[in-house]
Amino acid sequence: MSWSSAALAAVQVVLVVAVSPVLVGVTRQVRARLEGRVGPGVGQPWRDLRKLLAKEPLRAEGASAVAVAAPVVLLVSSLVVVALLPLVGVVALPLVPDDLFVVVSVLLVGTVALALLGLDSGSAFGGMGSSRHMTIAALVEPTVLVAVYALSIPVGSSTLSLIVRARLDTPSSVASPTSLLAVVALAIAVLAETGRLPVDNPSTHLELTMVHEAMVLESSGRDLAWLELGSWLRLAALLGLVGNLLAPWGVATSATPPALLVGAVVVTGKLLVLGAALGAGEVVMAKLRLFRVPELLAGSFVLAFLAVTASYLVV
Amino acid sequence: MTPVGVGLLAQQGLGGLAAALAVLTPDRARSRVGGVACAAVALAGAVTGGLALSGARGGLVMPTALAGVDLTLRPDRLGGLFILVVSVIGLLVSVYGLGYAVGPAASRTAWGALAVFLLGMQQVPAAADAVSFLLGWETMALASTVLLLAEQARRSRVRSAALWYAVMTQLSFVLLLAGFAVLAAVGGGTGFARLASVDPGSPAAAVAFVLLVLGFACKAGVVPLHVWLPRAHPEAPSHVSAAMSGAMVNMGVYGALLVGVRLLPGGPGWWGAVLLVLGGGSALYGILQASVTTDLKRLLAYSTSENVGLMFLALGAALALRASGRTGAADAALVGCVLLVVSHAAFKTTLFLGAGSVLHGTGERDLDRLGGLGARMPWTAAAFGVACLGAASLPVTSGFVAEWTLLQALIHGGSPGDRLLAVLIPVAVAVVALTAGLALLTFVKAYGVGFLARPRSPQAAQAHEASPAMRLALVAGAAAVVLLGVLPGPVAVVLARAVGASSVHPVGLAGVDLTGVGALLDPVALSVLAAAVGVPVLVAAAVSARRHPRRRTALTWGCGGARVSPRMQYTATSYAEPLVRVFDDALQPVRDVEVTHATESRYLVERVRFRQRVGDVVEARAYRPVLAMAHWVGERAPGLQNGSIHRYLGYSFAALLAVLLVAVL
Repeated sequence: MSWSSAALAAVQVVLVVAVSPVLVGVTRQVRARLEGRVGPGVGQPWRDLRKLLAKEPLRAEGASAVAVAAPVVLLVSSLVVVALLPLVGVVALPLVPDDLFVVVSVLLVGTVALALLGLDSGSAFGGMGSSRHMTIAALVEPTVLVAVYALSIPVGSSTLSLIVRARLDTPSSVASPTSLLAVVALAIAVLAETGRLPVDNPSTHLELTMVHEAMVLESSGRDLAWLELGSWLRLAALLGLVGNLLAPWGVATSATPPALLVGAVVVTGKLLVLGAALGAGEVVMAKLRLFRVPELLAGSFVLAFLAVTASYLVV
Repeated sequence: MTPVGVGLLAQQGLGGLAAALAVLTPDRARSRVGGVACAAVALAGAVTGGLALSGARGGLVMPTALAGVDLTLRPDRLGGLFILVVSVIGLLVSVYGLGYAVGPAASRTAWGALAVFLLGMQQVPAAADAVSFLLGWETMALASTVLLLAEQARRSRVRSAALWYAVMTQLSFVLLLAGFAVLAAVGGGTGFARLASVDPGSPAAAVAFVLLVLGFACKAGVVPLHVWLPRAHPEAPSHVSAAMSGAMVNMGVYGALLVGVRLLPGGPGWWGAVLLVLGGGSALYGILQASVTTDLKRLLAYSTSENVGLMFLALGAALALRASGRTGAADAALVGCVLLVVSHAAFKTTLFLGAGSVLHGTGERDLDRLGGLGARMPWTAAAFGVACLGAASLPVTSGFVAEWTLLQALIHGGSPGDRLLAVLIPVAVAVVALTAGLALLTFVKAYGVGFLARPRSPQAAQAHEASPAMRLALVAGAAAVVLLGVLPGPVAVVLARAVGASSVHPVGLAGVDLTGVGALLDPVALSVLAAAVGVPVLVAAAVSARRHPRRRTALTWGCGGARVSPRMQYTATSYAEPLVRVFDDALQPVRDVEVTHATESRYLVERVRFRQRVGDVVEARAYRPVLAMAHWVGERAPGLQNGSIHRYLGYSFAALLAVLLVAVL
């Protein structure tokens, strides 16, 4: 049991590390094509990573060890999340079950590392990005946890693999109103958490509007490579989670090689479809003004809260 | 005599000795002697507390001049836990004080009062009757008031803080006195066994519960009775603020636990709801204020309001769940409450000691004037950083375990059958979540603005590291934060036994398994997983670093300009600005923008001055009107007394009539 779940975690990590740059490539390519551009191709993020790893990193004046440590911490936190979440299969590690509270906390470690990195450089932009990033993270937190709560009620546990397995066993629960509300709320939270439109524009380089890009402004070389890969992994892991909650079919329920192969192919497919949808959605959407973002998040919180109360009072 | 009795007696003896030594030693040696003596008191307390926590029975009965009134000290497991927590904090604080206390903070009064303060705090959880409880309570209150004034009694802000503190702490005492009096009258005695014989469903128990909870909430700094906290903690010497914030507010939580678990267990569900709402409000308001304040110690004080709020929320949830028969979740919530106490004690003490080092090294506690301290104060920065992780409840620290337990208890607590719980529990989850999110921002701000980036003032640029004794205390505190987080299993089992909760078991190496709610957490395994995925990353980094082993230093990006001064960095005020805007209605900030135009043209701006003040809305709305009314009555009162003998005779006559009327009716 333990070895098979460890094997599953290893497969997940390798697969998602390989796929997440492609996912970002697909998102960008779809967007480019819809906007009438040729686009750099699906493999461009991988080429960027290779280039960054070969380049010389620079250090901002007055920067501390955080500038070196934060990118690694972000990447490791994303990798731990990838290893924990039920992406390829729903066989949890025995001592580290994929408890959503633990997953959220590990994600927050990465968030904090990024925010400290922004402050560390001592530039105005880094502080600005860091401040906005933390404000959004603080306001997303209630939505995420209440949505988790809503999803956990039918199963009686906040362990994600159990939640996904229950949805696999009773497909009707996927379309129940409470679960739909919760998943929509979670999806909005995921968009905010990963810095996508309408909360943050991942392709902007206009200093006054950017959030994520402002924090990584002073990083270069391998530091930047870790930061980019870490954020891509985060996007892939959370999109994969939403995908498996919306359509749990195809995930491996045991760690046998054929099941794993099917699970890997299916989750890759889900990721790429969601990535393309994300890219297409971003073409028709504009970034919200920063001070309108709380309204969006409050809306998603209301959805999550409705999901919880509905499952107690309506059922 | 039992070992616990010997320990209690040793505390009393050592406490008296420490106070005497502080008075008798000459100025030069006082901090050394006082620190060691206070550490001895704390050590004796730690042993006693540890024994009582492990289940050793025994106590100390001290006769008094009043016949029939004996002071009984007989700590149970829960009391032992709080004695242990208070004493370990006392030990850290005494060691820190060895290096920190100089000048007025090292006076006879200051060291003597610290010894008495520690003794009072050790007596409260040891007490087994209301009289010795209240005696310990008052000792603690008086000694802490003296300590508050110890360093800078002449400054008006300190005097006002001491006045607020004295009034609120006496209010708390009066409420407790009334509450215990009600229970004692019904129960027929002041011993806790007699008090516990009161039926929790009776109206008298309800009155006593409300009075006692208000009294304890006042001491614990729960909103809206928190007004003394953000005044008193910043003004006290830092090691004293650590003791006040880490240990003394815990006494309020101990009191609430005493009422809810030991004296009046099995109360109606609305008791839990009251505690839950009180705690939830306190948690949110406290962290919101903490996130926008720039004074480091004030920030920590408000964060104490937040943490105490979470403890009250957990206790309230436990009582409400127990009342509706969900014992598994109730037990988990209760364990969560005590885990929060222990974890808060560890990280808040370290944070206040760290703030003390910053104050000592720079003379500043305004975050807007700090920055870049990590390079000049590496020890303080490391310890403060670890404690910040704990305060932000990130893995793998003590705060994370505590908050995880609380959340697990809450999400397993809701039930379709109970309408009250079906509404309360989701709100509680949302409050805990928002609190956690804002705490994250608060402590990223505190650490990032204070210790990273470049110095924002000459004082910060010339900071110096703390002395060895201070560093020792800081590192010990930070180690406690990590150890409690990595090894929660044994800790949680001991704590569960202290509050009488079953269904908590160790799992894995040192993980905790909440069998009552079917959830487990093993931080060691989580760390192993992180290490397993971290090793390939480090290998890849090392391979990449072979090509470019050293990082060249380059200019910070300034939009093409090289003119990047430290003044252009984000400050603590600007960091919290988005939040101030989002919560504009709740915080009601006062902003002042002053634009000076150049003389040549009014289109050229010479200088812009921005000032922002975020006051305490609760204080302005709830306390100021009462104070204004008291003032108004006070001013009108002399009018009663105009010197006319006829009027005085009239008063006497009216008074006599009133007495007769009361007597007849």
